[in-house]
Amino acid sequence: MTIAVTNLRVEEKLYQNRYVVDSGRPHIKVRPHQSPSAKLYALTSVCPAKCYELNDNGQVEITADGCMECGTCRVLCEASGEIEWNYPRGGFGVLFKFG
Amino acid sequence: MTEEKFDAIVIGAGMAGNAAAYTMASRGLKVLQLERGEYPGSKNVQGAIMYSNMLEKIIPDFRDDAPLERHLVEQRFWMMDDTSHVGMQYRSDDFNESRPNRYTVIRAQFDKWFSRKVREAGATVLCETTVTELARDADGNVIGVHTDRIGDVILADVVVLAEGVNGLLGTRAGLRETPKPETVALAVKEMHFLPEEVIDQRFGLKANEGCVIEAAGTISRSMAGLAFLYTNKESISIGIGCLVSDFAATMESPYDLLENFKNHPSVRPLIADSEVKEYAAHLIPEGGYKAIPQLFGNGWVVAGDAAQLNNAVHREGSNLAMTSGRLAGEAILQVKKRGDPMVKENLALYKSKLDKSFVIKDLRKYKDMPALLHTNSRNFFTTYPQLLSQAAQNFMRVDSTPKLDKERATTAAFVKERSRWGLVSDAVRLAFAWR
Repeated sequence: MTIAVTNLRVEEKLYQNRYVVDSGRPHIKVRPHQSPSAKLYALTSVCPAKCYELNDNGQVEITADGCMECGTCRVLCEASGEIEWNYPRGGFGVLFKFG
Repeated sequence: MTEEKFDAIVIGAGMAGNAAAYTMASRGLKVLQLERGEYPGSKNVQGAIMYSNMLEKIIPDFRDDAPLERHLVEQRFWMMDDTSHVGMQYRSDDFNESRPNRYTVIRAQFDKWFSRKVREAGATVLCETTVTELARDADGNVIGVHTDRIGDVILADVVVLAEGVNGLLGTRAGLRETPKPETVALAVKEMHFLPEEVIDQRFGLKANEGCVIEAAGTISRSMAGLAFLYTNKESISIGIGCLVSDFAATMESPYDLLENFKNHPSVRPLIADSEVKEYAAHLIPEGGYKAIPQLFGNGWVVAGDAAQLNNAVHREGSNLAMTSGRLAGEAILQVKKRGDPMVKENLALYKSKLDKSFVIKDLRKYKDMPALLHTNSRNFFTTYPQLLSQAAQNFMRVDSTPKLDKERATTAAFVKERSRWGLVSDAVRLAFAWR
């Protein structure tokens, strides 16, 4: 028996958080690709902020605005060169009130 | 500012960085601490439980003004299946002592306080400054840092890398490896706010007493993972974490697991009607002793989560971070006092201090545990919790079945799932890893 999961939108969770977005300077980039590797594809469900999504052409895209800078995608996909990972500039990015 | 040279630069204002900076600055060293967040704590995420003994060794009178939530008098451990939990519980009034042993804290607030102590001790603390690169001389020795705010290189005799589990500097400089998906867990957490009296009532607490619930079982969907629920004064920290490698293999969503945990019939009443004010995610080093990198070199040391110093079996991280930061600071002080250069041979003192402390002794004790739990995650996180729950229900439910038949049914269920050999081998392997 499984427990019913409430109809969940991560955006609603992220809405609680405070961010200073560095407009036009995303700190994470996805390398252009034809079709994503298994690990890159996994980010569409594993990223805790749901920053990664599949576009209409079946490629993985990132919108890093809600990023919590945890590093999960870096650990999975930096070594293969599929993503380029940096921290936001000083003072930018997520600002935890409680942490 | 770029003209002067510091005795030490500390990167990061978390537990390890603050401990190192405080230790050195309070004893006269010229310390610069760099933090990329707007304020210390703004990038830091933890459960969070803070252990008094390790902080007392740095700031003995911390209780006078540190922002502490509740001291812990009760700990529960739950083995969960989808509708029930089998629990172990320890509660003692002995924990209501004048100098309590463990507290819950809220890291953004605690780190701000700790950082204020660091400033008062004489360190220069610069926030909103991301260190972009370590500066090296022609021989490769670390001699300072480059940042995204100050044009020139900032020089120091030694750099303390307390940059956290996902520290980029040390890994990009080739001083240690990037954590692997098998050696880090991804944890997500929410802050649920409720009136203090409601929390007291639901957990059977009074005054500043606190309770911790840690839970494993089918909530992690066969992944190696743990959920937690910590009582703060007016809020509950609730979260769940599993290995990144398991997340990638199963394609489970961390927020989905958290919602599931929150909706479990054993958990839901505890957080009912609460107001959620934050959602956070963070990696936790889980590789244990075997994942500890090189800890020192010419002009640098590494401490805390960046050095994978986390005891996953006991869920202790911040105290290992604080202690490693303090010991790094003390080693640097000793080398400085002797007038010796901050080179590898001399900074080895940090490692020998760590080796003699509980930090390395504890991690060495459990060196085989990560491999055991990770390779047998289905058995330990799904099969056994389900079997335990069935056994408990079989034991509790009174019907017309003779007790002997009930016992036989329970034994048969265990043997059917894991076989006699499997049960014995799991027990032996667990005992050896624990030893």
